[in-house]
Amino acid sequence: MVAATETQEPTRRDFLYIATGAFAAVGAAAVAWPLIDQMNPDASVLALASTEVDLSQLAEGQSITITWRGNPVFVRHRTAKEIEEANAVQVSDLIDPLARNANLDPNAPATDHNRVIDGKEKYLIQIGVCTHLGCVPIGEAGDFNGWFCPCHGSHYDTAGRIRKGPAPENLHIPPYKYTSDTNVTIG
Amino acid sequence: MSGGHSTYEPKTGIEKWLDQRLPIVRLAHDQAFAFPTPRNLNYFWTFGGILAIFLVIQIITGITLVMHYTPNTGLAFNSVEHIMRDVNYGWLIRYMHANGASFFFIAVYLHIFRGLYYGSYKAPREVLWIIGVIIYLVMMATAFMGYVLPWGQMSFWGAKVITNLFSAIPFVGDSIVTWLWGGFSVDNATLQRFFALHYLLPFVLAGLVALHIWALHVPGNNNPTGVEVKSVQDTVPFHPYYTMKDAFAIMAFLVVFALFVFYIPNYLGHAVNYEPADPLKTPAHIVPEWYFLPFYAILRSIPDKLLGVLAMFGAIVVLFFLPWLDTSKVKSCNYRPIYRQFFWLLAIDAVVLGYVGSRPPEGIWVTIGQIGTVYYFLHFLVILPVVGLIEKPKPLPASISESVLGKAGKTQPQPAE
Repeated sequence: MVAATETQEPTRRDFLYIATGAFAAVGAAAVAWPLIDQMNPDASVLALASTEVDLSQLAEGQSITITWRGNPVFVRHRTAKEIEEANAVQVSDLIDPLARNANLDPNAPATDHNRVIDGKEKYLIQIGVCTHLGCVPIGEAGDFNGWFCPCHGSHYDTAGRIRKGPAPENLHIPPYKYTSDTNVTIG
Repeated sequence: MSGGHSTYEPKTGIEKWLDQRLPIVRLAHDQAFAFPTPRNLNYFWTFGGILAIFLVIQIITGITLVMHYTPNTGLAFNSVEHIMRDVNYGWLIRYMHANGASFFFIAVYLHIFRGLYYGSYKAPREVLWIIGVIIYLVMMATAFMGYVLPWGQMSFWGAKVITNLFSAIPFVGDSIVTWLWGGFSVDNATLQRFFALHYLLPFVLAGLVALHIWALHVPGNNNPTGVEVKSVQDTVPFHPYYTMKDAFAIMAFLVVFALFVFYIPNYLGHAVNYEPADPLKTPAHIVPEWYFLPFYAILRSIPDKLLGVLAMFGAIVVLFFLPWLDTSKVKSCNYRPIYRQFFWLLAIDAVVLGYVGSRPPEGIWVTIGQIGTVYYFLHFLVILPVVGLIEKPKPLPASISESVLGKAGKTQPQPAE
């Protein structure tokens, strides 16, 4: 019996088996997807997508931390010395040569200029989440005078670029724009 | 062994009636009372029973804690304090649950190292061993999610760091992490799903334990000689011999457990977890619970995110292949003079890695961690296969009886295998 069917052309029954199986697989996937997708961010989480910041009270050398989408965002009014230090670094010397700036092309190089908005170089705005495993780095610390992550020892420079340690990427820059000279909308 | 015929004889009418419909008493009799067990098992064989007791303790204390706990970022921390201060005996139940997790791991590590020393993972017990490694993985997932529930500082940052491990996966890592979190950071959605899974996984564990025992009862127990059971003289019935031995070991283990619960309930925890979670401030020194420290040390030893994560998971994945990495024909380290020394080196390495994991990631600790990591993988991937090929083992006893009774055990003619 088995030997006989092996040599025959596919039968109507073979077709029905495969078609039924394929239909059941598609049905199972269609049922599984809602159960998987329910774990993705819900509408209320997505709705909290923007935050306003007023920079007028932020003096040179000061930093503030605000919350955007549940994460800290560092806003730092950098000193002239810090900007100078950041500019002195060659992009080729960096661990991560990309600017990681959501406002620019994804391939933009990690120059200090690409880490800020043109004409507003003194304000560095970045997501305060270490790109290694998500801890919040400490400001004005580390070997490069920028940020230092206490969890696993990543050092960032005064432009928030990774210079030493296990983190693979520069601190990310959120999408933001100036709504006036001193007001910024993040998100 | 399980192939042997059942010795159960229903005596009363109701037992006979039940036996023809659901032979559950027969199952209990054959598997838990009459089950033929090697006569030479030492106290390292009692940790299976101890682990079963701790799974039950964790489930009972866990279910009672849930009657008072609230899985919401605004309420979780206070509900745990409510359990500690207001709920009748809440402090006792919570300390039993928290320390119970640690003692569960103490027992499982001794159980695993017992298996490593006596070669219990070798044929014909490979499936038994693999189910054991899966149990260990599920235990780690359960413990991790449970530690998040009090929503203290260490809960939050532990959750953030561990879930971020998945962001190391190329291309889809960030999407996976967002999916795990249900948001853009660890938040209420994360806490609620961890709570749901933390309640589910212990029952998954119970199911896996049933499979583990099933896989144990097909070939039967390994034993300190590693020589398989050859005749009835090599065995004793599980009851009363090992029910009593296990019960004594369980009592002794519970005495130590009680010392921790009543006198130093926070010794194994972290004071910073009594601070409510703050998503904007990472504690100066974050470390996982002690039972994860060796793997944490491996993660931190490698100065590359993806490779570090791969090494950490690889340290557990390598255990799945142990039955095939060990090339020796002899199971027990008692008869393996060279490998026995490497076994103890591995045990020391695990402790050293654990200590390194608890230290800040700087200076000499990084170097020691890297040496420890290299040795860990060298042990399983090089030393274990090579030593098995070149080592000359000591002569094995002809049977378990001979090892227990000396040559006197051979006076009766042994049936051929």
